[in-house]
Amino acid sequence: MSSFMSVFGLWMAVFFTFSIFSFLYKDNPFYKFGEQVFVGLSAAYWLVYLFYSIMLPNLFTKLFTDLKGNLILLIPATLGLMMLLRIIPKTQWLSRFPIAIMIGTSAGINMLRYTKSDMLSQISATMINPFNAATTSAMIGNILLIFGTICGVYYFYFSKKQEGISAVPSKLGIWFLMISFGASFGYTVMARVSLLIGRLEFLLKDWLHIIK
Amino acid sequence: MSAVSSNLIERRIVFLLLFVAVALPLVFPIGWKTEVSSYAKQAWELIESAPDSSVVIFSFDYDPASMTELQPMAEAMIEHAFSRNHKIMAMALWPQGMQLAEQAFLKVKESYPDKKYGEDYVNMGYKVAGIVAIQSMGKNMRDVFPADQSGTKYADIPMLSKVKTLKDVAYINSLSSGTPGIKEWVMAARDVYNTPVTGGTTAVSAPGLIPYVNSQKQLHGLLGGLKAASEYEALIGRVGSATVKMDAQSIAHLLILLLILTGNIKAFRARKRSAE
Repeated sequence: MSSFMSVFGLWMAVFFTFSIFSFLYKDNPFYKFGEQVFVGLSAAYWLVYLFYSIMLPNLFTKLFTDLKGNLILLIPATLGLMMLLRIIPKTQWLSRFPIAIMIGTSAGINMLRYTKSDMLSQISATMINPFNAATTSAMIGNILLIFGTICGVYYFYFSKKQEGISAVPSKLGIWFLMISFGASFGYTVMARVSLLIGRLEFLLKDWLHIIK
Repeated sequence: MSAVSSNLIERRIVFLLLFVAVALPLVFPIGWKTEVSSYAKQAWELIESAPDSSVVIFSFDYDPASMTELQPMAEAMIEHAFSRNHKIMAMALWPQGMQLAEQAFLKVKESYPDKKYGEDYVNMGYKVAGIVAIQSMGKNMRDVFPADQSGTKYADIPMLSKVKTLKDVAYINSLSSGTPGIKEWVMAARDVYNTPVTGGTTAVSAPGLIPYVNSQKQLHGLLGGLKAASEYEALIGRVGSATVKMDAQSIAHLLILLLILTGNIKAFRARKRSAE
């Protein structure tokens, strides 16, 4: 039976792979079917998965096995229920409290972390001696890093009209930004090709057994 | 033929060419060599330099959609850590990460059959809450992971007997394809507890994470996409799936370059014709 199910699963995967690929020719019922099955399955999968991997071990099991020792869990449980009251128009206002707590907590955590990691550490990482490098290419890299950061940040300085000599770093900043966008695009192409490689590997290896 | 249908046919030709360009090298591998980048080398050096028997964290923060890029990295890095006799504590900030971790360990164990669960590696499973979970691991690991994936209590896992907080692990390796992932590990583990962090990510996410590989060592190297996975395989002398797939990747990139060039020439000629 398990062997039948694995073969059946394999053919299903092949069918849905081709159904989705068929969109590249044109929109068709197979693609629509594949897309809707994916959306439905994902929603159901996540609902069941999150219940069993989050709600059950972190809340229900603890409350049912040791209610006295886990009384504090009733607070998040109540807040969760208040969030669900959003679906009833009369009690909708109650959901604002858990949402406010979530936003406040997230803002507090992120403010600290982002200030340290994305601002202070990043600024410190640019404050380097560019000539203190092992190789010439590393030294050029350091100079470009400092120069590019200053010009890039200057591009977003809008308090003074950028004209004449003060427009030069701004224009250089655009060049640095354009090059970084190009690099991002290159990485994106690489990622998309990798996805295609993954699917073709599945078809050629697991389904057709053409490659080992 | 109208311009719209002509464009549609051209698009289909591009798809077909790309399909063939990727499929052929998979069937008939060329065996092109990959040059190792400094980012991959830094990640390798962190694992290479960690002392024997160190406890390390491998966080599987991705799902099957990113398997093609991240699973080869996971396998290569586990193999490297096993070869250095590191004790791997696997966990996941993404729900499906734990199954992918199991798959990766199963694969690497073919080369390391003597590695024992609980003594050399352990799977602590999925942990919800991302950055908050990492912060809590910095205070008390046992509170975050009362038991492993199979239900064995934290205190009964031999390799974790001396691990109380994040400060007790030699390094963290996050294989991530989004949030929560490497960025959260940098913010809550490296920048708070000074535990070194390295990792691998999908090519799409790499440009956003590269700034963390800096003089402050927020990240010790970074593997970005399939190419970096093949670089890591080259560093540990392994011909893995990433190395095999890189031929297809390279041919596809050459084709795309050719198509961009053709498209530009075509656009240039069309503009010139309309100007006349």
